[in-house]
Amino acid sequence: MRSSLLDGLGILEMSPEMLALFVGFGLVVGVLFGFFGMGGSFLVTPALLMLDYPAPVAVGSGMAFVFGTAVIATLKHHDLGQVDYKLGVIMITGTTIGIEAGRASVYYLESLGLAGGVISVSYVALLGGVGAMVTRDALNGDGGGGTDHEAADQDLSEYEIPEVAKTIQQTVRIPPMVTLRGDVRVSAWVITAVAFATGLLSGFLGVGGGFIRMPAMIYAIGVPVPVAVGTDLFEIVFSGGLGSYLYGQGGGVNLGIVAPLLFGSALGARIGSAATAVVDADGIKIYFGGMLLIGAVAVGVGEVGSYLGNSTLELVGLVLVIGAAVVVAFAILYTTIVSLRKTRRQATTAVD
Amino acid sequence: MAGLEIPTWDPETALLIGTILLEAIVLYVAYGGLERLFGPYLMKLLVGGEASAQ
Repeated sequence: MRSSLLDGLGILEMSPEMLALFVGFGLVVGVLFGFFGMGGSFLVTPALLMLDYPAPVAVGSGMAFVFGTAVIATLKHHDLGQVDYKLGVIMITGTTIGIEAGRASVYYLESLGLAGGVISVSYVALLGGVGAMVTRDALNGDGGGGTDHEAADQDLSEYEIPEVAKTIQQTVRIPPMVTLRGDVRVSAWVITAVAFATGLLSGFLGVGGGFIRMPAMIYAIGVPVPVAVGTDLFEIVFSGGLGSYLYGQGGGVNLGIVAPLLFGSALGARIGSAATAVVDADGIKIYFGGMLLIGAVAVGVGEVGSYLGNSTLELVGLVLVIGAAVVVAFAILYTTIVSLRKTRRQATTAVD
Repeated sequence: MAGLEIPTWDPETALLIGTILLEAIVLYVAYGGLERLFGPYLMKLLVGGEASAQ
């Protein structure tokens, strides 16, 4: 049964060049995922589409890959005590209902003939907005927005709660109240509302939603950054697992794609996670914000291309996204090695 | 994302997703072991000694 499963799913048909390509691409995505705790889903599916895989296989295999990478990253964060399972369960419930509402909105807009345009504009605005926010915060150097890995070294209870979250916690005190990791006490209804809103956006835009959910957990619920990253990954394990299963039933998950991608990303995620302890987060956040902004431009270019029926423009959009990801991954590796050498030199000079 | 769609039981798909889950866990443990074994050597090679920044 096992050989027929592997054979039927294409794992034995892959050429060595394709295997190397997938392992390498997995490594790049893994570095980004490990460093930022997000950024996997919007890279893999477009890349597979570019390689001429049918859409259900590209989406299904991309989702299965994100599921596997989320399992690895969640195990790492679990070891560090950064996963709040109570928050995760409430978030999963709210998000699932939100996704369904988002889907219903898409079908309603589709019936009005407006779905494609509204989704594309929302996607570009959201990606561009988050990208601009992360870049601005990084340039200001105040450590806010996105993931601040310097904060990961702090005790969770010492973590400073953003003003917006404090106001929400003091204003909305509808029982039941829930105590989260880092001594955060918040109404379960606030968590449910945030989960529903992020799920709605996720279902509406058809994306995993890590880049929406994580800032929402930090700024609206007041969860410490490392816990937001860990809990978000825990949630992706469930949504990604269920989504992969549904796509797998229709033959959309190709193990020949997922296995080598995971092989690379598992290593990349370790490198990315280790780099967070060494690299100045603000410097890299500029790259990440830039990557999201390029992503927004790329989606815009791709949409214009498909509207005009120009396949070259669509290809330019995809190459922009993947090229930006590769550049940012190498920037992380380069900055890590430079930072390590600098620290080493300083330590040697101090000893002398 | 999956929404509220209710999946039906399919042993072959369950085996496929289980295989991916197993691969992820095996890779996590295996790379962890490799990191402990070769990490110090690799750091020496890259920065000329164990990084005090870690």
